Amino acid sequence: MAEAAELLQVIDVDGKTRGKAPALKPDDLKAMFRAMLATRLFDQRGMNLQRQGRIGFFVPSMGQEASQIGAGYAMGEQDWLFPSYRTHSLAILKGVAWKRLYDQLWGNATDEVKGRQMPNHFSFRDIRWVSISSPIGTQISQAAGAARGMQVRGEKGCVWAWFGDGGTSSNDFHAGLNFAGVWKSPVVFMCENNHWAISVPTEKQTASQTFADKAVAYGMRGVRVDGNDVLAVYEAAREARERAVRGEGPTLIETVTFRMGPHSSSDDPKRYQAQSLFEAWQKKDPIERFRAWLKVKKLWSQEWEDQLSKGIQDELAKAVEAAEATPAPTLDTLFDDVYATLPAQLAEQKAGLMEQIRRSGEIENAGGAFPL
Amino acid sequence: MPEMTMLQAINDALHVAMAKDDGVVMLGEDIGKKGGVFGATQGLHDKYGEMRVMDTPLSECGIIGSAVGMALYGLKPVPEIQFLDFIYPAFDQIVSEAAKMRYRSGGQWTCPMVIRSPSGGGIRGGHYHSQSSEAYFAHTPGLRVVMPSTARDAKGMLLSAIFCGDPVVFLEPKHLYRLAKGDVPAGWYVEDLDKARVAHEGTDVTVVSWGAMMHTCEEVLKEAHEKGISVELVDLRTLLPWDAETVLASVRKTGRLVTVQEAPRTCGFGSEVAATVAEKAIDSLRAPIARVAGFDTPFPYTLEHVYKPDRKRVLGAIEYVCRWE
Repeated sequence: MAEAAELLQVIDVDGKTRGKAPALKPDDLKAMFRAMLATRLFDQRGMNLQRQGRIGFFVPSMGQEASQIGAGYAMGEQDWLFPSYRTHSLAILKGVAWKRLYDQLWGNATDEVKGRQMPNHFSFRDIRWVSISSPIGTQISQAAGAARGMQVRGEKGCVWAWFGDGGTSSNDFHAGLNFAGVWKSPVVFMCENNHWAISVPTEKQTASQTFADKAVAYGMRGVRVDGNDVLAVYEAAREARERAVRGEGPTLIETVTFRMGPHSSSDDPKRYQAQSLFEAWQKKDPIERFRAWLKVKKLWSQEWEDQLSKGIQDELAKAVEAAEATPAPTLDTLFDDVYATLPAQLAEQKAGLMEQIRRSGEIENAGGAFPL
Repeated sequence: MPEMTMLQAINDALHVAMAKDDGVVMLGEDIGKKGGVFGATQGLHDKYGEMRVMDTPLSECGIIGSAVGMALYGLKPVPEIQFLDFIYPAFDQIVSEAAKMRYRSGGQWTCPMVIRSPSGGGIRGGHYHSQSSEAYFAHTPGLRVVMPSTARDAKGMLLSAIFCGDPVVFLEPKHLYRLAKGDVPAGWYVEDLDKARVAHEGTDVTVVSWGAMMHTCEEVLKEAHEKGISVELVDLRTLLPWDAETVLASVRKTGRLVTVQEAPRTCGFGSEVAATVAEKAIDSLRAPIARVAGFDTPFPYTLEHVYKPDRKRVLGAIEYVCRWE
């Protein structure tokens, strides 16, 4: 059997530099830290909002901030993004306004997806962030196709597909990597190995030694990187992107990280995860590691972080208030965007609903909670 | 106006579409140099090259998944699924991705693409080369499902489908590929995707059909006429969204309805037509509605001719509903 892919690392668990740090300016490094911190705060607040019954559902990304922000920082301005439902940090990094995120969590009248999807299923056309779906892996073959589109159009750039360890078992993982390999398309496949597909551990997901090893079968480069080391992830992603843009084909990057929270607000990891495992990974917390490294480089102070944190919390509070105060989408929007134009049968159903409401009043909302 | 077979008309439409818009790309199995197993994509690879006419790896899931990505990127992909019987690995990408993209993104993202696939029996292909599974797709909001029965419609509706902005499942009745012949306008030519076609006017009974069964129904017209029955034959052409108005107007005139489909009976599209007529025009009905359909069995190999509705079954149903005065 071939040797398992080596694990790339720049920052060790104590925050010391191992190997070569990427050439990033102090402002870049601070921006990365800010995005990681903001994501953590957004996640904590999201879980609280769900516990308070103010939003119906939430998917936190706690523990995966380095894995995402590292790669996110390597993205080019014109790159395309096929995200998963646990990658909202990338929208935060790209400066999507908090209100837009909260509008989606509430599914309110200003929600850009018009209240049609559960929380965390964002869509941001302005940053080429493709609409998220729940079935696992479907975005992988789509990313291969979009990257092929870039080749057809002769445009420069890179497509990024995000998925987890569970996603590598999907049909679309095989199809997407196979197509991209044959087409030599400019795509980076970001596999976040956070060790869990809801409650199923990686050893029940694959018999491969590593997820990066799977690249070999598709004739592409596989890279395995410490996913809690933001600089190592950045370096691996930057290199993969450069190769893609140069026409050297796709890369599969496995970021080895850990989901420090539940799968979603409806999940309790205590039922299937040993406390000792959680504690071991808690010691490798990506934010603490990066903070320690920045401190050594004299780019961090408690005062700076306190200020940063307070600023972010204030912004979040304001956005939450505004999103919560926004009413639900109006009933007639139910029938929009099914087709390019409203067909006769939908026009008839819409008219029927409006007539029913006119005669017998508003439709009762019996509520209900999401069980998974 | 040149005379073409349905296959030639489809090939002609693809040539016209690719010449009109360089965002139109094709992908599928054996569609390149070979020009497709039935020949629908002949000449396109030589003319437009591998970047626009792609022979893909053998994965329907990958063909449709990557076509969705291309559509999101701004192209107009026209993937071919070699036989409709092979489409199921791509079902998720069609019904959960392409069909819902516009809705779930609040109109931010769209999936303009046309999935072409030969459907139905008539080539002695057993149940993996003969199925009529249009009803699965007609149950999916966001999709358009089109099935022409003439060469002229095949061209006009395929061109409309490629440029309509919605994801379309375009079903080609393979039995008619060479059998259906007719005058087809040259160059750019489109047909309305929202309208059924009254193929033959009549006064005693409305027969609603689509795809290859239209051919069988047309053969029955003369025999029915000889028995003194005047048949109005409606070619649905599009199953989703479908033109209920044309069907209802016809039934209000004739007072009798027979639906004819090759697909299995239970939950077939004929049932939707029958239910709609029962809801909205029951006061015009003089007789029970009759559904002629394939049996609720898998499509057989040796007994294909027994499975598929033939002239006798269609005529029998017409005579049956005419027993009521």
